Amino acid sequence: MNHSMDTPVAAPHTTTTNSAGRVMASVMAALAPATLFGFWLYGWPAVYLWLITVSFAMLGEAFCLRLTGRQAIPVLFDGSALLTGWLLAVSLPPWAPWWIGAFGGLFATVLGKQVFGGLGQNLFNPAMVARVALLISFPLQMTAWVAPLPLFSAAAPGLIDGLRITLTGAPPGFDAVASASLLGFAKTEMSRGLDLLQSLAQAPVPGWYGSHPGSMGETAALLIAAGGAAMMMLRLISWHIPFAMLAGIAVPAAILHAVDPARYLDAGTHLLSGGAMLGAFFIATDYVTSPNTPRGQLIFGAGCGLLTWVIRTWAGYPEGVAFAVLLMNSLTPIIDSYVKPRIYGRDRKGVALEPVK
Amino acid sequence: MGLFERIFKEPRWGVHPDDHKRPAADVPLRLLPPPARVYMPLHQHVGGAARPVVLAGQKVLKGQLLAEPQGNISAPIHAPVSGTVAAIGEVTAPHPSGLGFAAITLDSDFEDRWIDTARVADPFSLDPAEIVRLTAAAGVVGLGGATFPAAVKFVLGKRLAVKSLIVNGGECEPYLSSDDRIMRDHAGQVVDGARIVMHAIGAIEALVGIEDNKPEAIAAMRIAAAPFPEVKIMPVPARYPMGSDKQLIQTLTGKEVPADARAAEVGVLVHNVSTCAAVHTAVRLGRPLVERIVTINGGAVAKPGNIFAPLGTLVEELLAFCGLKETPSRLILGGPMMGTPLLHGRIPLVKGASGILAFDAGEALVPAAGPCIRCGGCTRACPMGLLPLEMAARIRTGDLDGAAGFHLTDCIACGCCAYVCPAHIPLVQYFSHAKGELSARQRARLRSDAAKRLAEARIVRLEREAKEKAEVAARRKAERKAAKAAAAAAAAAAQPEGETV
Repeated sequence: MNHSMDTPVAAPHTTTTNSAGRVMASVMAALAPATLFGFWLYGWPAVYLWLITVSFAMLGEAFCLRLTGRQAIPVLFDGSALLTGWLLAVSLPPWAPWWIGAFGGLFATVLGKQVFGGLGQNLFNPAMVARVALLISFPLQMTAWVAPLPLFSAAAPGLIDGLRITLTGAPPGFDAVASASLLGFAKTEMSRGLDLLQSLAQAPVPGWYGSHPGSMGETAALLIAAGGAAMMMLRLISWHIPFAMLAGIAVPAAILHAVDPARYLDAGTHLLSGGAMLGAFFIATDYVTSPNTPRGQLIFGAGCGLLTWVIRTWAGYPEGVAFAVLLMNSLTPIIDSYVKPRIYGRDRKGVALEPVK
Repeated sequence: MGLFERIFKEPRWGVHPDDHKRPAADVPLRLLPPPARVYMPLHQHVGGAARPVVLAGQKVLKGQLLAEPQGNISAPIHAPVSGTVAAIGEVTAPHPSGLGFAAITLDSDFEDRWIDTARVADPFSLDPAEIVRLTAAAGVVGLGGATFPAAVKFVLGKRLAVKSLIVNGGECEPYLSSDDRIMRDHAGQVVDGARIVMHAIGAIEALVGIEDNKPEAIAAMRIAAAPFPEVKIMPVPARYPMGSDKQLIQTLTGKEVPADARAAEVGVLVHNVSTCAAVHTAVRLGRPLVERIVTINGGAVAKPGNIFAPLGTLVEELLAFCGLKETPSRLILGGPMMGTPLLHGRIPLVKGASGILAFDAGEALVPAAGPCIRCGGCTRACPMGLLPLEMAARIRTGDLDGAAGFHLTDCIACGCCAYVCPAHIPLVQYFSHAKGELSARQRARLRSDAAKRLAEARIVRLEREAKEKAEVAARRKAERKAAKAAAAAAAAAAQPEGETV
């Protein structure tokens, strides 16, 4: 928009070249290595699921925009719907059927975001809203993980087989690889009366580079963390939320594991399992649904971490990141109204300082 | 910067816009030939407008008093050229409204003859009150843009026993280099002026804060200040808004000016480098403030640089002197962060104008505003520690009191928040609107309170008057009754007499 000389415009008369679209694009770039690694690990079904989830997320956004009589294309280009769909896709079981991705994508942008008024208005993280809705509605499909079967390896499904897996569910030839995630496995074994010392002997070892079953975002923990570090370097996110969230998981895990290793998983396993890394760097740091002061972010992050650990340890679900983030999302407005930065010339309560000569 | 610093050592406030200062800052100072006509607004300072003391048709010399100050806070206006008073009337104000305001128009005789001035060889032997008088009489005001009468600040500093004079050479606004230029070319004047100000306010030291993106100015000022250990040249990091009083005071002294308090209350007084040079000229040479250095810059300017020009020169003449490559897409008085847009170039150069920017189409492009994504960039950039996104969200819904609860009035309108906003939300405009609306409401409340008081007083008065009237009426009635009774009694007394007659 170019103003004519006759239109008064307010200062400042210069502005950053940054834009919401560029912020989203940078986050996607940080997420891309982990995603590509996930595609390689889980093969064509993962690619198809990603495509379907992202497409339906954007479709949902476009539908809502048209419903409200707005131009869909410019808004879609800000990339936020794409990013929401992407984050949801990397948190799903990679071989989940197509309708999981489709339902999740639509749910994320329509009910998670647009009903609140669109970008910047939603109280809850749309990707996590969709993930929890899927988990509660379709627990079977949402906990059917597969062990990595790298692309182009002998046992991996090809283009067509991959499509068949995504469209119709896993064909009989591939069900040998179906497996539980480590957290799920530990929880099931615990409920059968086997303690961790026994059960973990047969469990897959969690790793930084993807050797155990999980979502794309879970298996590529190292690349997720690297993407997070890159976002911090670009000052897209600050260290507060990721640090506090990981500490919120690791500290109680380490203490109770030291107390009773037979009942409590160690901190390393917690950090590398489930959505911990993805949650800490990409989910909890969502601008819209997290506090915007450093101290508020520390509280929020620590809350996400602690709740994640509590849910994983004592609640009915093996994985807790999505629930923890949503619970803390609901506290964000309260944190923001209580935790404010100190204003220059005032104390923390907002009272003017006493002059000091 | 290492990885650790990059992630964990984020600066607490401010932004780092591309400064665009060079090449304009490096071009030697140019002198503007006296223009044929100058327009001196009577109100170029904070406080009361000056009152003309000349008549149309009168011959004046350069530096002659044109208008005298009115009220405690005001400043006189002097003739920037020698010539004839052409008119006393309205010209367009340097304000986006484009409204007119009173000015004295002078026709130059192109001789540039100065009025006789009294030089002072040793200002340090003068009484501080005399320096205050000389500075006030010369019409010196804050040349950084605030245009507060300098002498009034001296009195305040003296009264509050200020220890440190802070000389503001920050010049953090992008594009501007008039302070840079005065420090490079007239460092001696700046240092001398600072020492005169110290004498006037009784300060024991002068801390000269200069942003480290001006190494030439720092070097020149160091040489000029070398003989005077009480004048300390202190480079500060280049970071907008370093030139804001509060941020510079904090950076140089570690002190924080309490909210709603003045800098003098924490023992410091801030004066701009150009103001110090103007004090030097006013006191040593007896010459009033009639000229200044102004930066002419921006993409539409052919030969950007700094011009030493008489006040009252039209902006379009200054632009013509530097040449225009294209028709400017936007004209700005001041810097790009806090400057005022000008509707056209037929506006006179005023005391507080440190720069005139003529932006080309690319520079003037305003990206369309989008929804807030709550990235928090504005809260990190705000040098006052405010929450711009929360205030803007409330102002958008008309909840001005809610915004005021976030201490909206502490906002210094520096523009950092709007600068960094990736959604390009015009935050400063929101805040200016809300501040204006809140103060209008405040005025309305005061007015309605006054009206209510008057109305109540009227009711009381009417009641009192009615009561008094009733009392008077009752008294009169009683008197009449008494008179009647007396008359009746007299008549009764007279009757028997009559009967007896």
